[in-house]
Amino acid sequence: MSKTTEQVRKTLARRYRAEKRFRAMGMASVLFGLMAVVVLFTDIIGKGHSAFVETYIQLEIRWDQDELYIDDPTDPDELAYADYDALIKNALRERFPSVEGRLEKRNLYKLVSSGAGYTLRDRLAENPQLLGTTETLWLLADDDVDRYLKLGQEAQESARLPEQARAWVDELVQEGSTDTRWNASFFTHGDSREPEQAGVWGAVAGSFFTMLVTLALAFPIGVAAAIYLEEFAPKNRFTDFIEVNINNLAAVPSIIFGLLGLAIFINLFGMPRSVPVVGGLVLTLMTLPTIIISARASIKSVPPSIREAALGLGASRMQVVMHHVLPLALPGMLTGAIIGMAQALGETAPLLMIGMVAFIVDIPGGPLSPATVLPVQIYLWADSPEASFVSMTSAAIMVLLGFLIMMNTLAVVLRKRLERRW
Amino acid sequence: METAPNFTDTGNGPASIPAAGDKGDNTMDADIRYPENTVGKPLVDDAKMRMRDVNVFYGDKQAIFDVSLDIGNNEVIALIGPSGCGKSTFLRSLNRMNDTIDICSVKGELTLDEQNIYDPKLDVVELRARVGMVFQKPNPFPKSIYDNVAYGPRLHGLASKRYELDEIVENSLRKAGLWDEVKDRLDQPGTGLSGGQQQRLCIARTISVSPEVVLMDEPCSALDPIATAKIEELIDELSSQYTIAIVTHSMQQAARVSHRTAYFHLGRLIEVNETNKVFTSPDHQLTEAYITGRFG
Repeated sequence: MSKTTEQVRKTLARRYRAEKRFRAMGMASVLFGLMAVVVLFTDIIGKGHSAFVETYIQLEIRWDQDELYIDDPTDPDELAYADYDALIKNALRERFPSVEGRLEKRNLYKLVSSGAGYTLRDRLAENPQLLGTTETLWLLADDDVDRYLKLGQEAQESARLPEQARAWVDELVQEGSTDTRWNASFFTHGDSREPEQAGVWGAVAGSFFTMLVTLALAFPIGVAAAIYLEEFAPKNRFTDFIEVNINNLAAVPSIIFGLLGLAIFINLFGMPRSVPVVGGLVLTLMTLPTIIISARASIKSVPPSIREAALGLGASRMQVVMHHVLPLALPGMLTGAIIGMAQALGETAPLLMIGMVAFIVDIPGGPLSPATVLPVQIYLWADSPEASFVSMTSAAIMVLLGFLIMMNTLAVVLRKRLERRW
Repeated sequence: METAPNFTDTGNGPASIPAAGDKGDNTMDADIRYPENTVGKPLVDDAKMRMRDVNVFYGDKQAIFDVSLDIGNNEVIALIGPSGCGKSTFLRSLNRMNDTIDICSVKGELTLDEQNIYDPKLDVVELRARVGMVFQKPNPFPKSIYDNVAYGPRLHGLASKRYELDEIVENSLRKAGLWDEVKDRLDQPGTGLSGGQQQRLCIARTISVSPEVVLMDEPCSALDPIATAKIEELIDELSSQYTIAIVTHSMQQAARVSHRTAYFHLGRLIEVNETNKVFTSPDHQLTEAYITGRFG
């Protein structure tokens, strides 16, 4: 056996051990990452899943014209401003006749959501012939009731519901007069101070309009800048300076962009506060460096031989870019753009600065109507004192994560699709 | 990166100098190795392209020194020389491909049919349509075979009707000797062909715009001997219609395909002669050293 072989055999075991250690370390890192994701998701889903259902209470509603103070049932104005809460109060008093005293009665009335009156109004507007009849209706319960019922036996002690009210609710439950139903309003309503009436739709619409503005500005500007810098700009000190600054811009804290937007778009240009257009502009500034950097990288990865071939045939620089470079670089650009957009979708800080943190109940109708966005909505709810907002917050996070996962999947799919063209 | 050391540097230069000196030539004077003027017959009467006192610089570095050369009508001229001698740089200045390199500047007089090709008034697009180029590595576009060949004609609007374009594509592929191999799969990607086929596709693409001069930059360096033989055969056929300048590292190839051969050494054009003469009795000792394999 030669000396080399001997030496090699001696070190072999050590080398294999080192390799094994290295692999184990890699596995451990991956597992750690996965665990973090699993913990995050179980926590969010564990807290948030209960927000997708809400409690209803069955009550006997008497559509009494006098109680409603309606003189002329054909007048829509009178129907709109009638006292529907009185009907609910009556129904509750009839359901629990033993309740006496102002305070107790107030507690009793709080069993039903303050929004239930509007449900009755809408119902009567659709069926005016109901006036004077009596029917059994399921009405949305107050969030304290909802919370009380969703908590486990032991945890119920901590609920905010007063002692008396718990007895009433228990009674309702025993009678089968409570029900949990799919919380459709969570996906169709705007924000509200009452957790049982609040929804994410306003924030989703706001996010949509903001992203629309961001995409419409950031993608074309970013791609044009990248193409100019890569294909046309002379390599000199000035373009080096630009490159350094673009990279710097990518690392600027996002709140700075918010302050910039506040100073320039709102104070200097006098644009309105809280609107998706300004939000989109600010996020465009924030997303541009990401898009430019990724677009430049994908332009760089187009083999120079393709450019030479086209140039050699007599194509102008512009034609080389349009016919060859852009189609080949597009998958990379799109991926970069979508990742940039996903980043922008989850951005909160700069939007706080330009007033998109306002409490807005209406669903925004366009990029110029006041709105908030999903991450800011999460921030707002996380800040709210009502216990039910805890689960609402987690549910909103689930919605946001859903959108992020969708966008990232789209990025992967697009890249695969477009890259498969040879 | 092309490099061209100064006269005084050449004494310490790589391999070339001692090799030339060993030949029994006692004079170590640089003038002997670098003739004042190119040896042989660099100029011809019936010239397609004329180059006079061409100097090419990459920033501060000079890559080509005072090269004067004529390329005759319908001739195949081979440019040979060791790596880094500037033959590719010279070739690329003939259709201004060097324009794409920011730091590269070309001085001197270069004409195509008596027209200065570095005239600012001359459109580079027109020049490149007249002087086509085939590159070292096959570089088909990631498009179909048809679209690869049709790209040039479409670009310059050479065909207004579909059947005219079809005709151009077929003719070009026939001339490149590729038609029979690909006629049933014109819609397939050009990148799916073998290396030799890809290079012939690139030649077809180049001749599709009917250039007057075809520049070839080591067209066979990435190909196996069979594909190389096919390309050489093709160059032979094309020489009846086109003027061809070919850069090659293979002296056998130069000997097989070219009418005249130009030998470059460290940015200087040393010798131009009939190919037969260059490979049998070269006029200059550097040429002889190179073709006998002393260096390069």
